[in-house]
Amino acid sequence: MTTCLNATDKAIVKAFWAKVSGQADAIGADALSRMLVVYPQTKTYFSHWKDLSPGSAQVKKHGKTIMTGIATAVANVDDLDAGLLSLSELHAFTLRVDPANFKVLSHNILVVLAIMFPKDFTPEVHVALDKFLAAVALALSEKYR
Amino acid sequence: MVRWTDKERSTIRALWEQINIDEIGPEALRRVLIVYPWTERYFGTFGDIFTVTAILQNSKVAAHGKVVLKAVGQAVENMDNIKDTYATLSRLHYEKLHVDPDNFRLLADCITIAVACKLRSALDPQAQAVWQKFLSAVVDAMSSQYY
Repeated sequence: MTTCLNATDKAIVKAFWAKVSGQADAIGADALSRMLVVYPQTKTYFSHWKDLSPGSAQVKKHGKTIMTGIATAVANVDDLDAGLLSLSELHAFTLRVDPANFKVLSHNILVVLAIMFPKDFTPEVHVALDKFLAAVALALSEKYR
Repeated sequence: MVRWTDKERSTIRALWEQINIDEIGPEALRRVLIVYPWTERYFGTFGDIFTVTAILQNSKVAAHGKVVLKAVGQAVENMDNIKDTYATLSRLHYEKLHVDPDNFRLLADCITIAVACKLRSALDPQAQAVWQKFLSAVVDAMSSQYY
């Protein structure tokens, strides 16, 4: 099951991504840092890390990994279920992240985008990205049960 | 009752000082109506709020945004008594306005995003954490008189 993103949503997402993808690493690192600080329960998934503080080497590296996933999603926006199949399997069978946390990370990605690109993160872009991240979360949850 | 450290109190006050109610209020309410369009159901008397352009230009939306954020200011002044501060408003939103309290959470998220656009890196991760703790207390208080 895929959430329906209409043609306008997809166009907005692709255009905005083209603008911001050059800073993907910074976006990922900041979003992850914020999630770990603002929602401490998410730290339970990273108990094997040495340093969970904002901007630590591990946080930066993992932020980059997450944004690579987002880039994959943008490139596969016309069929997120297919495009994110292996990532869904990873999250379902190996990582077993409670899918409620996808919403939490999405919120922090939006906050970072608002901070870094206040003029471009208009209400129209905001709603398109909110829908997109919700669709990504849904696709990632596909294989859970 | 929510417990606040001295650092949290000063963080909230410092953030609030940088927040222009006349700017952030309208911005937050516009975003709520655009990002979560079902919230339009509560504003039947506001005229045209059915397109992005109409919402952005609607003067009643802007005026009401200011009213809402001014009310948030009451929590800043009464941080040790947030629940009592909003008891009457909460009852009003339940009995007369019939607002689903989940919408308070959506509005809180839009206020945070509007604040993030304005304050940018001044809203660092720790400040965001305290700010969201504060807004959660407001949301809980607004939901408290639903029975």
